[in-house]
Amino acid sequence: MDPIKTKIQTRSKETRQEIWGQLLSYAAIILIVAVVCSIFMFVASKGLATFTKDHASLRDFLFTTDWSPTTMGKDGRPLVGALPMIAGSFGVTVLAVIFATPFALGTALYMTQLAGKHGQKLLQSVTELLVGIPSVVYGFIGLNVVVPFVREHFGGSGYGILSGAFVLFVMVLPTITSLTVDSLRAVPSHYQAASLALGATEWQTMYKVTLRAALPGILTAIVFGMARAFGEALAVQMVIGNATLMPHGLLTASSTLTSVLTMGIGNTVMGTVGNNALWSLALVLLLMSLLFNLVVKWIGRKGRI
Amino acid sequence: MNPKTMNKLALTTIKVITGLVVVILAFLLGRILLQGVPHISWRFLTTASQEFVAGGGIAYQLFNSFYLLVLTLLLSLPISLGAGIFLAEYAPKNWLTEVIRMAIEILSSLPSVVVGLFGFLLFVVQFKLGFSLIAGAIALTFFNLPLLTRNVEESLKSVSNLQREAGLALGLSKWTTVLKVIIPEAVPGIVTGVVLGAGRVFGEAAALIYTAGQSASVIDFTNWNPFDAASPLNWSRPAETLAVHIWKINSEGIMPDAAAVSAGTSAVLIIVVLLFNLSARYLGNRLHRKLTSADK
Repeated sequence: MDPIKTKIQTRSKETRQEIWGQLLSYAAIILIVAVVCSIFMFVASKGLATFTKDHASLRDFLFTTDWSPTTMGKDGRPLVGALPMIAGSFGVTVLAVIFATPFALGTALYMTQLAGKHGQKLLQSVTELLVGIPSVVYGFIGLNVVVPFVREHFGGSGYGILSGAFVLFVMVLPTITSLTVDSLRAVPSHYQAASLALGATEWQTMYKVTLRAALPGILTAIVFGMARAFGEALAVQMVIGNATLMPHGLLTASSTLTSVLTMGIGNTVMGTVGNNALWSLALVLLLMSLLFNLVVKWIGRKGRI
Repeated sequence: MNPKTMNKLALTTIKVITGLVVVILAFLLGRILLQGVPHISWRFLTTASQEFVAGGGIAYQLFNSFYLLVLTLLLSLPISLGAGIFLAEYAPKNWLTEVIRMAIEILSSLPSVVVGLFGFLLFVVQFKLGFSLIAGAIALTFFNLPLLTRNVEESLKSVSNLQREAGLALGLSKWTTVLKVIIPEAVPGIVTGVVLGAGRVFGEAAALIYTAGQSASVIDFTNWNPFDAASPLNWSRPAETLAVHIWKINSEGIMPDAAAVSAGTSAVLIIVVLLFNLSARYLGNRLHRKLTSADK
């Protein structure tokens, strides 16, 4: 056959490379999506088994406080009251974010509005280093510094929601700070120039113009901080005391969804009601993280004028 | 209040707050290093850990941490490169791409315990891998993938379109252009991201407790056959890492020197993570110089 004809009619080397390459990159992305889907499917099927197979009631799970899944209640259903853990998780999360937000806002304002080049660089590395410290190390410091501190100055055993919130405060601080910095930097500088030209002081400009323009970004930062606090396991588990009782205050030993999970999964047998109940807690965690994502999306849509 | 006084007050408050944050970090680092570094010695780094008596080291945990990191990078780098290339170069602008992006965002915000438990359920129990390095590496891969993918995508996107056009004008396929022109140009960003991710992976414990396990099996550093159970390279043995070791001794350790061992281990962990962070940028720039014709 004519060599030119074959050359035109068959696929060139480049085309074959291209097909190969596309296949590889599609395969990679499909793999990631499949992983996400299977995480949801597996955790959901395990977590729902408590209600479908072991006949626990969803209302008990969400609103009662007796957590001992292996014993049966009076109505013949397992006692799976997860309210203490849910309350514990929300307690540490909300407190940590309340502590961290003023610090994060202050630092971010200083970084973007007041600091010189060197100050910015220094604070940039401060936040990066804080992110870099592993969570078990935070837990270890919490055990050795925060717990004794709380015991001495606030009373109680030192283990409890307050200690958990203190540890999480340092952990979410860099998350909220760096995202707030991004949103403050995105405010066009002529907004500030206009305000200053009207005779407003620096603080008035920050408070009335910059912070307001950056509000959606700041809210997103706070939600991401909450997501991180809610999902953090070991650092909290080490300082919270791990008692699956309804917290009676900030200073009594309590527990969070993540702490019960880390302690429990190894001590229960797969497929038993005790184990399934733990997977239900994991499902709650999963759904909460999905919710945080949706809130971020929603803020993003609202914030775009 | 007078606006000027208010202004002074507010700015001072902001400065004090910022100062406090710096003090917190300095206190944390100082505390970890001052407490831990005195316990680090050659003996500490090279002897096996002890469960009941004092004087245990962290030899196996240290090796396991690095080996696990290598396995994780081997698994996650190719996948995230492929996925990043897809998102930066091939992804059409439609709802499906939006869904994919959303999935990656969700994966990145999942609590690491949940990722670990999923790894436990699927690989340790269902596929019967047992507590093993490979199960741990897979769990860490899931944990590392979204960040790495986003990093690859951003690095690729920051390369000028002129470079793509130049590659295509030379008659290269799009894939070859990406591989031979765009990626070398994007390498500094990619490497920086990989090394920062490595620091995160190195310190992760929650995802490992139920995948790589909480015991450091005895390994024989003279046996390098990966299929032998006592070999350091064997990937189906349970392997406790540094981070898991800290957690374990603090929650159920009974050795008399638990505090000292965990202080030393924390210091080692922090030092390694700091080294990763410091070397990230330097490595990226060096590789860039090697792979492209950029001067200096």
